[in-house]
Amino acid sequence: MEPLTRVHSKTVVIASANIDTDQIIPARFLTTTTKEGLGKQLFADWRYLADGTLNPEFVLNRPEAREAQVLVAGRNFGCGSSREHAPWALLDYGIRAVISTEIADIFKSNALKNGLLPVTVDETTAQWLLDHPGADVDIDLTTARLTLPTGVATTFPVEAFARYCLLNGIDELGLLRSKLGDIERYEAARTW
Amino acid sequence: MSARTLFDKVWSAHEVVAETADTPAVLYIDLHLIHEVTSPQAFSVLRSLSLPVRRPDRTLATMDHSTPTASEQVFGNVPIKVDAAAKQVRQLEINAAEFGVELFAMRDARRGIVHVISPELGCTQPGMTIVCGDSHTSTHGAFGALAFGIGSTEVGHVFATQCLLQRKPKTFAINVEGKLRPGVTAKDLILSVIGRIGVSGGTGHVFEYRGSTIRGLSMDERMTICNMSIEAGARAGMIAPDETTFEYLENKPRAPKGVDWDAAVARWRNLASDPGAAFDASIDIDAATLEPMITYGTNPGMVVPITGAIPRGPATAAAGDPVYDKALHYMGFHGGEAMLGKPVDVVFIGSCTNGRLEDLQAAARILKGRKVAAGVRLLIVPGSQQVKRDAETLGLAQIFKDAGADWRESGCSMCLGMNGDTVAAGQYSVSTSNRNFEGRQGVGARTLLVSPMTAAATAVQGRIADPREFL
Repeated sequence: MEPLTRVHSKTVVIASANIDTDQIIPARFLTTTTKEGLGKQLFADWRYLADGTLNPEFVLNRPEAREAQVLVAGRNFGCGSSREHAPWALLDYGIRAVISTEIADIFKSNALKNGLLPVTVDETTAQWLLDHPGADVDIDLTTARLTLPTGVATTFPVEAFARYCLLNGIDELGLLRSKLGDIERYEAARTW
Repeated sequence: MSARTLFDKVWSAHEVVAETADTPAVLYIDLHLIHEVTSPQAFSVLRSLSLPVRRPDRTLATMDHSTPTASEQVFGNVPIKVDAAAKQVRQLEINAAEFGVELFAMRDARRGIVHVISPELGCTQPGMTIVCGDSHTSTHGAFGALAFGIGSTEVGHVFATQCLLQRKPKTFAINVEGKLRPGVTAKDLILSVIGRIGVSGGTGHVFEYRGSTIRGLSMDERMTICNMSIEAGARAGMIAPDETTFEYLENKPRAPKGVDWDAAVARWRNLASDPGAAFDASIDIDAATLEPMITYGTNPGMVVPITGAIPRGPATAAAGDPVYDKALHYMGFHGGEAMLGKPVDVVFIGSCTNGRLEDLQAAARILKGRKVAAGVRLLIVPGSQQVKRDAETLGLAQIFKDAGADWRESGCSMCLGMNGDTVAAGQYSVSTSNRNFEGRQGVGARTLLVSPMTAAATAVQGRIADPREFL
């Protein structure tokens, strides 16, 4: 995995709360056996019309949303299914960070393992971002700080080890495999 | 030692390395369930690193999500209708064979939805840690296991090390006292809980369902409740094991036998939360006040009693909440409308939430001697091949067929429509599954979540019906 230290981009806003992973990528696209190429199915039922053409009303299809790497969403983003296809689809499309007041547990865990930054912020910051689509934001993972174009900065929580892995481009599996001795001792010591 | 919760006991017994400020805990996993949708990418990682599945003896594979439910596609010579699904099923067969993982393949008598077969085989046991690349893994918490859904990267971690890196979640007590009234089921109870705390009310927490109501429930009912913990944002939900649990497990094919059984039960009896154990959060529910519940919106927290009306304006969220308007527009509903009497197109009875024998018995009680209303399609999909055989032996399948229902082979089916069992755009589906998200049962499909009894009553009436009128 490439190290990830900073995302500097304009935002795209989908204000809906409770955007579930069935919206991020509908189940009918989960018959794949790889993780590649899911970007074209991102938000498929919102992004495309029934005839398969792009829905011009949907925010991601607007010209000003092109190049945006930061998605701002309503509270409880990524709820529902554990499908890792959701962060895979977002990343393949070009999104590098998601900002919300609340991000669902499994989605957050999956996102961190793939280099997609889940950024949870307070209501005031979230509301400012929802009200200012296209804002240029800076997300610095080294300081865990989100800076708005107004100059206002806020820190966001990120699990320490996940951050270390992202900053250094390290796969978490490495730490787990380094504990194989402990794992073997645990297995040997267990009496049940 | 201070008073500990059921969760604390199971967690600490599986800590290989405790968490620190810098690193999460290394948590040992007793049972790893896998299926065809979320495992192929993890097997690919193993292949790329030339690693084996470290503990195939703790790994169990089945196919359920993308598998057909039409008998001729499962047992006949008719190919699987969806090409990509056929390829995914084939890939699991290849992966299981190559890595030495036990697989209940398409025609295996033990096959079924992963969260139905593991308990019925006795693989799911109290005090275990259980994971699966599937959010409804919370189901297994009904046995006093710590069971939660993971992503495919973590499936790879468990394959390679039998462990996961995890931060310790908080605990949340759901205290339920009182007796459920006739026609009010475990499904109605959990829908009420989700309606009360909201779809993210449990984020970061593990639920423990407690109280006299919970102790009085059967294992099938407890599984329905724990299953939907994730719909309130909690990754796991647990219930302390008791005599009901032990009675269910005794003599199951893979439960401990003889002296091992006695030792296991003795150990399991110590799992319940100690008196006075502290929880990070709690709510109290009076079961006697609950009614059959039905969802009206596009998440499971948008729920009302079946005799109720759609709220005018968002009931729980801040004013101007875009969720409410968007959901009602999608559903084709308006604030103030009564739920009873709304026409339906499809009724689905099945899924890891309500596809077990007792669920089918509850539906059969209402469908017996009655007919599905003209113009309504009733699809009944057993949770496993074992449930299917039991339902056929007990005469339930005949009741369903006589009523005009479509009786299928087991699988996830119309819960998420991956296998081609879908609801058409704009149609109303009254469903015993777990998610009423936009498009969950098919592009443009409109899902209303209910109990098996409410589903059966609705199928007979052709309109949303109160099951209590059929008892």
